[in-house]
Formats: sequence, structure tokens, C-alpha cells
Amino acid sequence: MPTSTIPAPASGTQLLDQLWACQNARGYIRDEDVEACAAALGISEIEIEGVISFYHFFHRRPAGRFTIYLNNSIVSEFKGFERVKAAFESATGAVWNGTDPSGLFGLYPTACIGLSDQEPAALINFQPFTNLNSLKVKGIIAQVKNGVPAESLADEIPDHIRYVPDGDKAIFFRPYHPGSAVVKLPAYSPGQVIDLIRQVRLTGRGGAFFPTGLKWESCARQTNPVKYIVCNADEGEPGTFKDRVLMKTAPGLMIEGMIAAGYAVGAQQGIIYLRAEYTWLKPKLDKTIQQFRNLGYLGEDIAGIKGFQFDVRIQLGAGAYVCGEETALLNSLEGKRGEPRTKWFYPTEKGFLDCPTVVNNVETFCAAARALELGAEKILQTGAPDAPGTKVLSVSGDCRLPGIYEVEWGMPLGKLLDLCQADDPHFVQISGPSGICVPAAQRDRLIAPSDLSCGGAVMVFNADRDILRILTNFNDFFKHESCGVCTPCRAGNFILQRKLEKIEKGLAYEDDFKELIAWGNIMKKTSRCGLGRTAPNTLIAALEQFPAYFAAKAGNKGDGLNKNFDLEQAETAYDQFAP
Amino acid sequence: MAKTITIKIDGREIPTEPGRNLVTVAAENGIFIPSLCFYPHIEPPLGTCRVCTCRINGHFGPACMEKTREGLEVEVNTPDLTDTRKALVEMIFAEGNHFCPACEKSGDCDLQHMGYEMGMSKLRFPHLFKDRLIDFNPKRMVIEHNRCVKCRRCVEEVLTTDGRRVFSFCNRGNETVVGIDYDAEAVLSEEQAVAAMHLCPTGAILVKGKSLARPFGDRRFDMESSKIAAPGQPEEKEAQPAGELERKTIATISLAGCFGCHMSMLDIDLGFLDLIELVDFNKSPLNDIKEFTKICDVGLIEGGCCSSENVEVLREFRKKCKLLVAVGECSIWGGLPAMRNMIPLEECLEEAYLNSMSSEEGEFTVPYHEDLPKILDKVYACSDIVKIDYFIPGCPPTATHIWKAVRNLLWNEQYSVLYSEFKYD
Repeated sequence: MPTSTIPAPASGTQLLDQLWACQNARGYIRDEDVEACAAALGISEIEIEGVISFYHFFHRRPAGRFTIYLNNSIVSEFKGFERVKAAFESATGAVWNGTDPSGLFGLYPTACIGLSDQEPAALINFQPFTNLNSLKVKGIIAQVKNGVPAESLADEIPDHIRYVPDGDKAIFFRPYHPGSAVVKLPAYSPGQVIDLIRQVRLTGRGGAFFPTGLKWESCARQTNPVKYIVCNADEGEPGTFKDRVLMKTAPGLMIEGMIAAGYAVGAQQGIIYLRAEYTWLKPKLDKTIQQFRNLGYLGEDIAGIKGFQFDVRIQLGAGAYVCGEETALLNSLEGKRGEPRTKWFYPTEKGFLDCPTVVNNVETFCAAARALELGAEKILQTGAPDAPGTKVLSVSGDCRLPGIYEVEWGMPLGKLLDLCQADDPHFVQISGPSGICVPAAQRDRLIAPSDLSCGGAVMVFNADRDILRILTNFNDFFKHESCGVCTPCRAGNFILQRKLEKIEKGLAYEDDFKELIAWGNIMKKTSRCGLGRTAPNTLIAALEQFPAYFAAKAGNKGDGLNKNFDLEQAETAYDQFAP
Repeated sequence: MAKTITIKIDGREIPTEPGRNLVTVAAENGIFIPSLCFYPHIEPPLGTCRVCTCRINGHFGPACMEKTREGLEVEVNTPDLTDTRKALVEMIFAEGNHFCPACEKSGDCDLQHMGYEMGMSKLRFPHLFKDRLIDFNPKRMVIEHNRCVKCRRCVEEVLTTDGRRVFSFCNRGNETVVGIDYDAEAVLSEEQAVAAMHLCPTGAILVKGKSLARPFGDRRFDMESSKIAAPGQPEEKEAQPAGELERKTIATISLAGCFGCHMSMLDIDLGFLDLIELVDFNKSPLNDIKEFTKICDVGLIEGGCCSSENVEVLREFRKKCKLLVAVGECSIWGGLPAMRNMIPLEECLEEAYLNSMSSEEGEFTVPYHEDLPKILDKVYACSDIVKIDYFIPGCPPTATHIWKAVRNLLWNEQYSVLYSEFKYD
């Protein structure tokens, strides 16, 4: 059986793996482990602590033999998060954000785990449990206590592929045969592969829509003999689960895209950065990689191309949304804190270990593989005039058919809402919290780069859902997930939260809404990476798109006396000392 | 010889060499770009504080991350950019717990200096008052997390002789802190530790037994603005008397303050006699008039609101004064009394009345009586309670600053407040 052709990575870059080994051995990372890691790398212990404390799946205190991570994203919140949380607390005896006295269970919140079509959902020892309710929780915990392994109790995860375009226009969700893209490679020179990608106008499907051809070309131009292809499978944007389904249904497609990229830019190694939330997908990916080696699609002289050597390995993340930002991901791959880098260099110049690196999303690689397989002409026949092809959307929230929709670019929002059987839609969140919100009444808006350029998530909320609750959930998410390096994102999200609390308590005035927009814009202008620059997007859009909702929340300043100031509330802390 | 290129800053053509840092080149040409984390020899630059944000070839970006190159066009001093940079400095003040009058680094602090240069008198953002640690565990150092601005200088620059880092960022999001490695810190020499203290732009790194404090007037940022060298900066204007002055009425009060601001008002010494000719004092501790007898032109408020009585009095002032001026740090944002805002009121009271060393055996009461004002859960800025029209920073503001402002408000006399008069301590 052929084995990996990738040389063992330098130990310093594998800190995440070492920490995972310690964490998995005892459910937490001990002082001795920190000492040992620091000694092995010859660095200070505080640096190890810095890395551990960056990722929320690493624990420095025992986190239970069974560690439960309950998703607290907004869809989960609306589908019964609080009840499920209470059920877990009573069934396990664990305190929220801690363990039960015996140390059997640990119960923690976590951001979106890519199962928004089946919320409320949780991970128990990184196995997925979906559509939870009190009864189901009781049953699961009882069985776990009886010694049934979590793996055998986990839910089979359905793909929920609800829609593909008619008339053989599907690009992603059509029958897949391993190797159908790779076998086309010998007919192309590396430059011609890039030309093809340019011709189909493929752009980055993680949501930034950077032209893929340009990225590959810029990497191909570098003279460094060592280059890397990195697949960003850190799908962390709440409400997004398209990459989960792409990797589950056709993991080979993504790998073929990576092989094509490797051929085009002259790279020898590919790394799939898989978010820890998708640990349960890893066996399938491992199997596919081995299958590809057996078929001669990974290894040496791939598809008979003399001298073309390429192989792929998987790096597991450890829980950090910001690692979806490509330079943060590179830091994380190197075993560091997942802080985005400054733009001093582009990854295609100096990326992983300072070598030229192409970082693309799962869907981008899949699209690249299909472009090779189907040819440019076929792709160009689908989609909108300015954006050929299709887009994979993950739809969730208040609709009867949450799941995956492969749509041609240019589909009107109204049609999508009808397809998913949205129930009295009111507020539609496009591209997750970092995207924007649209009133559902704007049915003619187009899902296209020229209008609603959607990275993958569509969350539908009906008129009963409180907009402020959506906004506070999103804000809380960003406040926790900011890497903490730059001022506007670290402090800004915290400051916005205080203002939102003020509105919640009914202490806000019209001026507060104007200030929220102004402050959000300051964050957008000055933050260091995309997280801070997009974090205020929804808030600003909501204030602009739903003015009546906010006007009803504004108080009367009353001759400069700030009549909303709640003196009684401010006195309650002292009143408890009343005799 | 290096090639010469031309870059443009605010429309001005500046010849320079390619590949140099924009902040440095601008400074050499008398153009002040505020910055906090920037430290010329760290490359690549840290780019953490974002205070140097400019418009670079049409896009917002930090000047410190920009190398000079042909075709570089930078906007620095437009109203929106000036305001944006000021907002970032305000954000840093709002996020940390910066009590300038109680800080060893005051007067030598880069953050405070940026506040002065930008004329920051009141923050647009709410103070977050997050409870933070002061770490006394290290052998030589004290780490004052309240004052840390996460610039990253110490993380990059403070290393042991064998090359290990002493500091590292820990946690993330709003919980991000700069952690210190006790073992690594313990092997630093005293010189290395003191160098770290000076590297810190604020007073977050202190070395035990080494004081930073210097007398007023001798500190780095006491007297002269770093913008003075730049052309086009305002200079002190001659006061323009407004002719015959109409007699006006002033009211003053000290709420949750120390009366220091009132002391400062008296510091105009003999000038006070001239002033008495022009103004009447209505309700004020200066004349001990307890009740308002008329509508006043200006109310000067010292101190923030820590009790229900403060709130009542402040609301009364709002009703009886045409203009309200918050005088001093306490009235602007809470000031020193707000040091308790990071700690729940219960803990404060228990510490003061129940657990204190002077508590008598068997005396376990927190004073509470209907005749006593109620203590609020935290100290509020005056602007939280009522609309405040103007803010005069300082702890206390200097006498000249206060009276220049008041004379301007009452008779529209034009003054410029000098750099040396505008202070937070």
C-alpha cells in the first residue's frame, strides 16, 4: 500500500497535534504537558499557554471524560438551546462551562458546529448529536452512563441536499467518479490549468470572492522550489454547513482540486486544515486520501505526469473561528496562535513556513476540479452573466426544508425562500453574522456577486424572532472570536455589546442608533483583518433596513434629563443592605 | 546612492528613498501621524493599535504598514481621518482602566500623549470597567493589566539572554491579556527588566523598587506638543476682549469629587477679584448658597454620580443652568471614584464595613437609613444622567484652563488652550 510522500513536518509546527494528544489522553492538558512541550521546542511555557488559551477545545483543567459542546449559535438559540442546556445540566449534573463533581461529564458552549439544518445540536467527544430535545438528551446521557461509547450513539448525519438546478446544470452535486478531474491533467500544461480557472472566472468561495486564477498565478510565479496548497476546511461562519456536505458526499472532488492547484503552481504538498468540529468527518477523508494514493492520484508521477509529485495531509484545528481567515489559518498550521498576519506579505509570496502558499476554500477546490472535468464551456453555460457557475448554499432557520441548495448565480431571493418553504420570513441573514441582513420582502434581490454575494449561509427568521436577540447573539460571537490583537475589533465588539445591552434594557435614545452605525463604520475602516471589518455589518444593515423596529425602542431624552436613566435599578445593589 | 522617489502626503510632494516606513518619513517632514505600537526597528511592524490609520491610495490602512514607493499618495489630516484616529485612542481608553492621576507613568505615557495631541476631552464610548488583575507574582516586575494596551511590543522585544520570550498573548477576544512567564522573567537582569518597563508605552510593566515617576514639568509630555514643529499648527492667540462685559451668574457643585477642582478654580488667585466684578455666584460651595434662586448662565460640575443624592442635585442643575460644564475627570467619566466600578458594590461595602481591620467586634452593619443617600451600583459619568454641554479634562484642570473656558462660554472671548494646560492629571 503506498504511503504518504510528505516528509515528517518540523516538530515546532506540530504543536497543535501534540496538544491534542495530551488533551485526548486525559481530557485536559496538564502542567507537566506544558512543561514538556516548552522544553521540547526550547521556548517559554507562556508561549505554550498562549497557544492553548487561544483555542477553545483545549482545556487546562479536567473537562470530563465525556465532553459535551452545545452549539449556541442563533439558529440553535431559536430552536430550543436553553431547554436542551437545562436538560444536559440536569442529566449530567455538570455546571455550565464546567464538569460534574465526579468528572464524568463536561458541559461547554461552542459556536456553530456546522449542523444548522439539524439544531439544536451538540458534539459529545466530537461525535455529532442533532435535533436534540430534553427527552433525547436524557436518553443519550443514560446510555453513556451505562458505558455505551458516544461513537455508537452519535446520529447519522443526513446531507439534506434539497435542490440542484434542472437540466444537467448541477456542478457540485452530480455523480462523481474519483479521478475524473485528475485524468484530464496530462492534457494541460500548468499554465493552461490556470488559464482554465481564469476562463471560468472562479472566485474564492469562502466568501471573499478573490479571483482564484490570479491567486494561483501569483503563486506559480514564485521561484521558491517548495510551495504548499492549503485547503481551508475551517467552515466556521455560523449557519454555514456546505463544506460539511461537500466533504461528506465527495471528499475526492476537493482533493482533486488541490491536486490540480498543486500541478498548476508547482507545489508538492497539500494540507487540509479541518476544523475540530468536523473531527467526525476525518476517517472518511483519511480513507479517501489513501484510496487516491492507491489509485496513483497522490504520490509520484501522478496521472502519468513525469515528475509531478503531490500528497495531502490533514491538520486538525482546535476551535477558533478566526482561523478561517487565511493568514490566521497559516499561523495555526504552524502551531501558533491563530492570529491573522499583517498584510506585509501575501500568502502566495510567503505563506506556510514562509513558502509560497495557495489557500482556498473546500468549495473552490471542488469547483476547480469540476472545471477540469466538465470543461470551461459547460461551466460558462450556467449562472449569471457576471458570474458563471453555481453556488452551494446552506439554508437554515425558520423554513421547512433546511439544507443544501445548489443554485445558479442570479437566483432571486424570493425563489430561494419559496424553495426552502420559509415560514412567514421576515429577516434573512445572508453569509452568516459577518454578512448582511435583508428584509424578506425584498424578494427580487439576486443571489449573485453583483447583489447579495453569498459566501454560503442563508439564515431565515420569521416575524416572531426578535431582531435584537439576533444582533446580540452575533455580537457575542464576535466578541469571543476576535483574535484580540487589534484595538478596533477587540475593544470595538465589546463596546458595541454595551450599547446593545442599553437598547435591551430600554435605555437607548435615537442618538444611540446613530452612534452604533458610526462606531461600526470605524471598526470596518480600521480593523486588521476581515473579522473586525465585517463584524459590524449586520448591525449596521439591521439599523438601516428595519428602522421602524428600532424607532419603537428609542426613549425620550426629555430636556436633557436622560429620562431613561434608571435610578431605581442603579440603587438595587445597595438596597439589599436595607435592615 | 539610493534612488529618489516622490510620495505625496496631503497633496504635498515629498522626495524620499523607496522602501522606508511611512510614519518615519512623515515625521522627518514635519507631518505627525499618531501611533502607539509603532517602534521603528521592529520589522515587520506590529500593526496592532491601528492609531496611525490613514487613507493610502484611496484605501484605509495603517501608515506603519506602508513602505514608501513611487506613486504612494497618503491622506493624513482630513476631518474624517482625524476623527477616526481619535476614536481609536478613545477606544483604548474605554477598554482599559486608565486612571492617569494614579499612574506612575502619567506624563511619560504614550497613550496619554496621544490623547493630548488629539484634544480628547471626553470619550464617545462607554468605559467598559472590566475587572483586571495586577500581577505581583513575577520576581522583578509588577504587571498592571488595567493599563495594558496590547501593543505587542514587549511580546516581540523582551527576550531572555538565551532567546526565550518573557511575554506572550494569552486568551483571545475581549479576554486577551499579555501573559508573563515567571521563569523567564526571573532570569532577566535588572537592566533588561528596566528596559522592558521603558519599552511599554503605558504603565503596564513596572519594576519593583524602580520608580518611573518624575516631577511635573520634567516629564516627557508635560510641556511641548510633538506637533509644534509641524507647520500650520495653532499657536496661542491673543485674548480678544469682547468690550463691555455683561454680568453673568454661575453655579458650581462638587458631587462625587474631592473638591480639588474647586481648589483649582480658586487658583487664579488675584484674578478671582476681577472675576467677582463680572459674575455672581448662585448655588455654590464657594459662597455656601444652598439653594438656587435664579436661572444661571453656567453650571460647573465637579465629580460624577455615586449616590442618589448626586443624581438629584445634578438634575436640579440641568434644570437651573443654561449650560452645564463637566469639570475634571470625575464628572467627565467617573475618575478615581470609578476605581470601584470594576468591583461589585456588595464587595466594596463588605470590605469597607464588615471585613476591614478597623471594624469592631460585633459591629457588622453597612450604614443604611432613609436619611442617607443611596449608593449607586457604580459611579456614573454626569453625561450618563443628564446632557452635558462642555467638558474640561484634568485632575484637576488648571485654573487658567477652567477660566478660559468659562470666559469663552459667557462672553465668547476667544482663547487657545495650550498644550501645557490640557492634561488628564
